[in-house]
Amino acid sequence: MLSTLYAVLFYVATILLVVGTAMKVAKYARTPAPLKIPVHPAPRTKKGVVLRMGREVLFFESLFKSNRWIWVFGFLFHWGMLLVLLRHLRYFTQPVWWWVELIQPFGVYAGFAMVAGLLGLLARRIVVERIRYISSPSDYLMLLLIIGIGVTGLGMKFVLPVDIIAVKAFFLGLMRFQILDLPTDAAVLIHLGLVAILMIIFPISKLIHAPGLFFAPSRTQVDNAREFRHLSAWASQLPPLPEGIPTKEEGK
Amino acid sequence: MAPHDMNTDDAPKVVGDPFKMPKIECGASMDTNTYKAAPEHNEPLGFPGELLDNWQEVAIAKIGELAEKNRAFQVYLDTCVKCGACTDKCHYFLGTGDPKNMPVARQDLLRSVYRRYYTFAGKYFPWLVGARDLTKEVLDEWYTYYHQCSQCRRCSVACPYGIDTAEISMAAREILDSVGVGQKYCNEIIAKLKKTGNNLGLNPKALRATLEDLEEDLEDETGVAVKLPLDVQGADILLITPSADFFAEPHIDGLLGYAKVFHAAGVSWTISSYASEAANFGMFIGSYENMREVSWRIRQAAKDLGVKRIIFGECGHAWRVGYSFLNTLAGPFDFLDQNYPIPQHIMEFTSDAIDDGMLKIDKSKNDEFVMTYHDSCNVARGSSMGRQVGGQFDLPRKVMKAVCNHFHDMERDTIRENTFCCGGGGGLLTDDLMDLRIKGAKPRMTALQQVTADHGVTHMAAICAICKTQFSKVMPKYGYEMDNIMSVHQLVANAVILDGQEED
Ligand code: HEM
Ligand code: SF4
Ligand code: SF4
Ligand code: SF4
Repeated sequence: MLSTLYAVLFYVATILLVVGTAMKVAKYARTPAPLKIPVHPAPRTKKGVVLRMGREVLFFESLFKSNRWIWVFGFLFHWGMLLVLLRHLRYFTQPVWWWVELIQPFGVYAGFAMVAGLLGLLARRIVVERIRYISSPSDYLMLLLIIGIGVTGLGMKFVLPVDIIAVKAFFLGLMRFQILDLPTDAAVLIHLGLVAILMIIFPISKLIHAPGLFFAPSRTQVDNAREFRHLSAWASQLPPLPEGIPTKEEGK
Repeated sequence: MAPHDMNTDDAPKVVGDPFKMPKIECGASMDTNTYKAAPEHNEPLGFPGELLDNWQEVAIAKIGELAEKNRAFQVYLDTCVKCGACTDKCHYFLGTGDPKNMPVARQDLLRSVYRRYYTFAGKYFPWLVGARDLTKEVLDEWYTYYHQCSQCRRCSVACPYGIDTAEISMAAREILDSVGVGQKYCNEIIAKLKKTGNNLGLNPKALRATLEDLEEDLEDETGVAVKLPLDVQGADILLITPSADFFAEPHIDGLLGYAKVFHAAGVSWTISSYASEAANFGMFIGSYENMREVSWRIRQAAKDLGVKRIIFGECGHAWRVGYSFLNTLAGPFDFLDQNYPIPQHIMEFTSDAIDDGMLKIDKSKNDEFVMTYHDSCNVARGSSMGRQVGGQFDLPRKVMKAVCNHFHDMERDTIRENTFCCGGGGGLLTDDLMDLRIKGAKPRMTALQQVTADHGVTHMAAICAICKTQFSKVMPKYGYEMDNIMSVHQLVANAVILDGQEED
């Protein structure tokens, strides 16, 4: 019964995550940027933009320059989360890919780094008056949600071990459209329930920043407006303006 | 002259910190409002004269329209994670302490409404994501705080996603205009430009008389007949410069500088009475159509006069429009000489003239000044110059160092891409916002006071007409004289020695 519920939950969450994110990305890609608005100093070549974005995505370059504390916590959290996610691939692959095996030990420490980073971000949100001012309930809840995922995850690893083989079997089953038994430990159910919630809200919340970042004109545009026109489809439909000066006397 | 109170004794100078965090005070600048436009200011721009009866409906529809027409608007509204990195970056927040002047809070004024009507979470769980209905109070709040943003983009540099509050401010002003709530200062000026070709409403006759007077002054000073040509058919270069260059100080001295450089370089050039304005306030109000119409005049004038090149004078946002938008808005400029960038900045021209040895320079003429340079934000973060990335920072400094012996930069985090706005940009250079302008200038002024204390800097130069006017008004509030702000080409004018010039 519970297994069926969780199976359905994960199918639904996966569909919402994939379809929702794809729709958002399609919308961003479709929406024209009518003017060149890179924030300078901006690269003048495509290659330069790729490097700029690489530094932003991998190192959070701008954040590093603008706020060191947020950078430290954000960096711990995101890189921790990335390693943790990659480590989780072992629950979805049989046999486990060699490089996923390789990162297993790091993945565990990454879990701590991730939670530490999240706690730091939460603390800032509460303690720093400026950030408290701009926070809505969803901003706190989002952090608590991911902290919850991290803490239950670490809990299963270090405090209350669960039958991880059965969990893996459950997910491998889902991938073949079979519903096998899911262990019913509270930690498993909470952990997986929170993950499903995260997947569902991803496309309809600020979490969309992950793909959104690649569509921000201020960072992704090449600085070449003097060399190339950048006319959007709707702007090219505007009524034409007169060539030459029509009524020379008018201004005089 | 040295600014008073500053260089008088040898005790360690205690000056403020440009980044000093203000005490947060809700509503601190709530009552600072700029005058609203009258119907005769709004209508020539294609906006309703007064607040529409169904304004709410129209405004909400406009938000949707902008989200479909402008990727920046859509993506920025969706992706902000409220990390807070931008919260301490705005000079108006640092100057007023009003939390709604924190960039992300400024965005949220609009984002909250966007969420309410256009997102799942905002429609069904408004309290969760801070979504709210569009009420008259919200509209008024937009008017207030979107006219406390100079669209300087300092916050965008700080944001991990480059979220540009200037784009949100421009969109908000466009929404306000579309329901009939315009700002008098900007809309009146655009209407004037459409009639006369410049922001001042100066007619060609008056312009010609002004230029002739200046020619006389130049000849008296140098003994050389340096021309300021107007409407000369077939000239090589069309100069597009802010109309403030024709009458305000220190702007005029900059204009004389361009004239001397052109003269020394031996090129033929002209000003156009039809496009006698570089400024394009269409950008401030976020109106593509108005910005395009204003830009189009430059194309018309260039074609009509049969020039080969277009060069822009010292004007910050004009150069952003010129460098980043002009080709898109009014191109293609296939009728101009393709061997030069279109358009070009006077700083690029002067820099090349220096490199080519076309200017005879006596740096000592500027020895009475200990200079620093204010990177105007639209030049710094909205455009570039020259052949290298960062030319917008390096070329003006190079030119200044070529004509002055004493130059010191202000603190690194207050210049170049991190420059603080003068406090008067983005359509806020109006007397009814004087209180805001003085407060918004504080970070820049504090950084200036630092170099005055450390290096004895006496004067600051800029290449933005708005900055120059703003500084000449607010510098006296910070212990300087109004003529402690200079044009970069004023320094050039001082140092250039023309062939045949009588030297004393
Ligand atoms: C391309 C991948 C991603 C990049 C470059 C990225 C970048 C960032 C940056 C720069 C911040 C602001 C600093 C901070 O608060 O940490 C941030 C915040 C955040 N990110 Fe990401 N992110 C990515 C993917 C994700 C994903 C996949 C998730 C979650 C599923 C996520 C969750 C969050 C959350 C919750 C915050 C807000 C933290 C807070 O409340 O302070 N990010 N992200
Ligand atoms: S664009 Fe400039 S004035 Fe506007 S919010 Fe950002 S920092 Fe402040
Ligand atoms: S820095 Fe960018 S993401 Fe962070 S709060 Fe400001 S606008 Fe939002
Ligand atoms: S006036 Fe000058 S400093 Fe201020 S907004 Fe414009 S370019 Fe920026």
